[in-house]
Amino acid sequence: MLYINCPHCGLRSQNEFSYGGDATVKRPDLNKEISDQDWDNFVYNRKSLRGKHWELWQHISGCRQWIKVERDTSTHEIFNTLKANEETI
Amino acid sequence: MVQSFRLDGVGLIKRDKKLSFKFNGKIYYGYEGDTLASALIANGIHLVGRSFKYHRPRGFFGAGVDEPYAIVQLFRNGETEPNIKATEQELFEGLEASSVNCWPSVNFDIGAINNFLKIFLPAGFYYKTFMWPKSFWYKIYEPLIRKAAGLGTVSTSHDKERYEHKYEYCDLLIAGSGPSGLASAYAAAKNGARVILAEDKSRFGGTLLTNDVNIGNKSGKEWAEGIISELKEMPNVIVKNRSQVFGYYDHNMLVMTERISDHLPITKKFHPKQRLWYIRAQEVLISSGSIERPLVFGNNDTPGVMLSSAAKEYLKVYGVLVGKKPLIFTNNDSGYETAIEFKKNGIDPVILDTRKNPQSEIVDEAKHLKINIKFSYVVVAAKGYKKVKSADIAQISDDKEQLGKLENVKCDCICVSGFWTPTIHLASQSGNKTTFDENIDAFVPGISKQNERTLGAANGEYRLSETLKNSFETGYELSKKITNNDNKVSFPNVLEKKSTVHDKFWCVPLPKGKNYKRFLDFQNDVAVSDIEIALKEGYRSIEHVKRYTTLGMATDQGKTSNLNGLQLVSKIENKVVPAVGHTTFRPPYTPVSIGAIVGREIGKHSKPTRKSPMHSWHEKNNAVFVDAGVWLRPRYYKRGNENLFEGSKREAKNVRRNVGVCDVTTLGKIDIKGPDAAELLNRVYTNAWLKLPIGKARYGVMLREDGIVMDDGTTTRISENHYHMTTTTAQAANVLSHLEYYLQLVWPELNVNVVSTTEQWAGAAIAGPKSRDLLQKLFPNFDVSNEGLPFMGYMEGELFGVKARIFRISFSGELAYEVNVESDNGNFMWEKIMEIGKELKIQPYGTEALSTLRIEMGHVAGSELDGRTIPYDNSLEGLVSKKKDFIGKRSLSKKAFSADDRQKIVGVIPLDKKTSIPEGSHLVKDSKASLPNPKLGYISASCWSVEHDNPFSLAILKDGKNMIGKKLFVMSPLKNKIIPVEIVSSHYVDPKGERARS
Repeated sequence: MLYINCPHCGLRSQNEFSYGGDATVKRPDLNKEISDQDWDNFVYNRKSLRGKHWELWQHISGCRQWIKVERDTSTHEIFNTLKANEETI
Repeated sequence: MVQSFRLDGVGLIKRDKKLSFKFNGKIYYGYEGDTLASALIANGIHLVGRSFKYHRPRGFFGAGVDEPYAIVQLFRNGETEPNIKATEQELFEGLEASSVNCWPSVNFDIGAINNFLKIFLPAGFYYKTFMWPKSFWYKIYEPLIRKAAGLGTVSTSHDKERYEHKYEYCDLLIAGSGPSGLASAYAAAKNGARVILAEDKSRFGGTLLTNDVNIGNKSGKEWAEGIISELKEMPNVIVKNRSQVFGYYDHNMLVMTERISDHLPITKKFHPKQRLWYIRAQEVLISSGSIERPLVFGNNDTPGVMLSSAAKEYLKVYGVLVGKKPLIFTNNDSGYETAIEFKKNGIDPVILDTRKNPQSEIVDEAKHLKINIKFSYVVVAAKGYKKVKSADIAQISDDKEQLGKLENVKCDCICVSGFWTPTIHLASQSGNKTTFDENIDAFVPGISKQNERTLGAANGEYRLSETLKNSFETGYELSKKITNNDNKVSFPNVLEKKSTVHDKFWCVPLPKGKNYKRFLDFQNDVAVSDIEIALKEGYRSIEHVKRYTTLGMATDQGKTSNLNGLQLVSKIENKVVPAVGHTTFRPPYTPVSIGAIVGREIGKHSKPTRKSPMHSWHEKNNAVFVDAGVWLRPRYYKRGNENLFEGSKREAKNVRRNVGVCDVTTLGKIDIKGPDAAELLNRVYTNAWLKLPIGKARYGVMLREDGIVMDDGTTTRISENHYHMTTTTAQAANVLSHLEYYLQLVWPELNVNVVSTTEQWAGAAIAGPKSRDLLQKLFPNFDVSNEGLPFMGYMEGELFGVKARIFRISFSGELAYEVNVESDNGNFMWEKIMEIGKELKIQPYGTEALSTLRIEMGHVAGSELDGRTIPYDNSLEGLVSKKKDFIGKRSLSKKAFSADDRQKIVGVIPLDKKTSIPEGSHLVKDSKASLPNPKLGYISASCWSVEHDNPFSLAILKDGKNMIGKKLFVMSPLKNKIIPVEIVSSHYVDPKGERARS
């Protein structure tokens, strides 16, 4: 079970969190023209990376904050965690 | 019966506590502190089971966790449990156990015929033999194999025992309480670290209990007892026996089972049977010791052949002789220690040493005791069927290829020692890259991936003095790193007998003309010849060889067999062992009962059931409950002999005629506050929200980004910046996370807060033409007229002194209201409604009537908003704003979503107006078309329309808008029904919605 350092609460076990997918996906702005292809990429197309990956987790049984976690998808090593409003490096 | 193999005055058992137990129906006696195995051996019982494949007689091979043979079915306190190792099960008064894998009895087993058919049962025999004819597998082969090859019977009744989970954190977790575990725990604890020390057995001390050593002028056992009693007194230390650390997971999470009650006849009140510990440790010290390796020779699976360390443990811990004419077969000094113990207790052993001329203190002591030692000798084959009676032995040449003349010696047990294999399971599970140590012919831990270190014998260090020195040092160093303390304990003097190198020999060649089975894996009957066949047939990877031959599989996971298997493969392949590699070690290290894994997550949904504050009222009034997510909701309130159909029809009719009340507490509720609350709603819902006045509710639909409807519900503006959102029962948690996602990550500039208030409010829906009369009586001081509280209006009132929120919203299509009070007042509200509504002929209604009412009105619910439909499909396109953007809007312009013949919700009536339509049925044009009959749509919800008194269904139908008036067929192959139907509007009652607005 992963040990995730919530930037708001500290180290907590994985069973307090729920996974939220790729953290680098940006939602297109509202009321802005967007091509079918770009919208498709936003809604459906995700890379399934092996290695370091920025992903979203929500501390659902804790502070309920969405956080960003840099994790290696093959070794589960966690390198960094950020608050929702902090930019990934 | 006499315990004829029990020694007087030897061992750690409690002789004043005699216990009786039953094995295979017969009564025996043992002592407190025995295991089932030691008690049986004390009574001279060595035949306890039959082997998996050939049904050969099985006895005891080890004395603990590594046992491959003695697996029994246990009966305890009215329950039965399979797969219990007799070597681990502690004896208690009244214990009952029986052999497994034998029929009709362990002494006469029909399956043993396999032993004579073994030429037909080679490696991979399942794959080769039972493949044709194909149809035979299910009917004949599988049931027969299942009956013949089992390791016990699982109980099918509910387990009455309680199991618990516990989470714990520590600086240092130490797995194993042998010398290295005790020393490192002591050093670290004395330096202030929070330590957990776990021991699998009931007694602490590991090999210190059986080895003849001296630490600080005490025997090993006394020293261990001193350390343990000191550790137990320390507040920063948790000491646990009967606790197996069985799994090493990511980020230094280890899992341990604590067997709290398995050694007792019944579980004490308020105690669990077992407890599963999740331990997050800063550092882990693995001191799991080592397991003796067998030597391989002919018929080496005969009962009476066992590990020499096990024989020593039975003698020193339990005061039990495994035999009175022992033959010790060894390639190293360990066998001598066992022989010396026998000799000291008046038994004359014979030692066969594969080595030519070993020189060491231990060998000298054996010579000095005048033990009969034969150097360069091997056991060629064990003789005897149900028990060893003698052994064929022979001298072996220096190159270990040639056997001398066979000699037969009488013996009643053969104690084998093929040197020691470090128990590296936990280290390997943690991701440690293991390396092969030539000096001990075994794998040892290498480079760590997580914060773990392995100490002592588990690390291939078999000298006690070195082990203790390293362990004291490591415990001190790690604790210093964590606590910054600097208290070092002094290191005790150690006296131990020096031993010399072992012989790499491990497998006795076959004598000419003999074809003895030489077993590698005792649990799965894998012999040398099986591995040879597998390699001949082209299996190369050790992982493939394992799966093809079953080497190292099943409950013991090859604890005694793996290394010899590897040696054989490397010998045949002419590779070195590290090039062959070992198979992956996976948790659990030992079998874990399902009960312990499950813990308290049992019963319905494996979760606590959620109940509304009015639940006990429903119970008292004959509610029949139904699961709604994790909630229990009344389905209908049974009157007399009514069934569901009659009861729900009565309740629904009463709503249409008079007034009904329904518990709607389970609806999700989210409190939304902040100056940008309206803007958030406007982006989340498909319709417009910026102009909703204070004191008004609005119905809204929200989409996922892919355009699919996620949820619907009403949201009410309570005050300027305060909204109350409702969601469906099932989606409440998802909608909250959804809102938080957008507020925190996508639009952090919006100044809004959201919080779940589902459990803070109790809700009652009051519906029916007389509902306003009722409401006026409940709130006599408030104007609830059509003008005072119009459709979709909201007001705050007082219900006999209790604050209430009143929403004029309708799910039933009738004139209806929803009253919310704080949860604690829910029951008060409900009773008031029932009391005052009596004269208006009020009846409570359940979810079945609720469904009937919404279906005939054509209101969509979960069965239509099923994660596959867009707003158009549910005739909700009128709620989709063309002017503003919202979540998922861009997806709605997808080609498929705007196709002309897009699916749409419709109503369905059977032509005979009698036949009920099963939900989930398909709609087809031609009921007799050849298969696959093209499906045009499906029935999403069905009811008996109380308004029209005939069946009515909702369906999602292709090109639904052009299908009204058409005749189709409903097909339900499951219910074997074909029903001619007519397609009608989904609004079957009050299509203009006048009632709700009246």
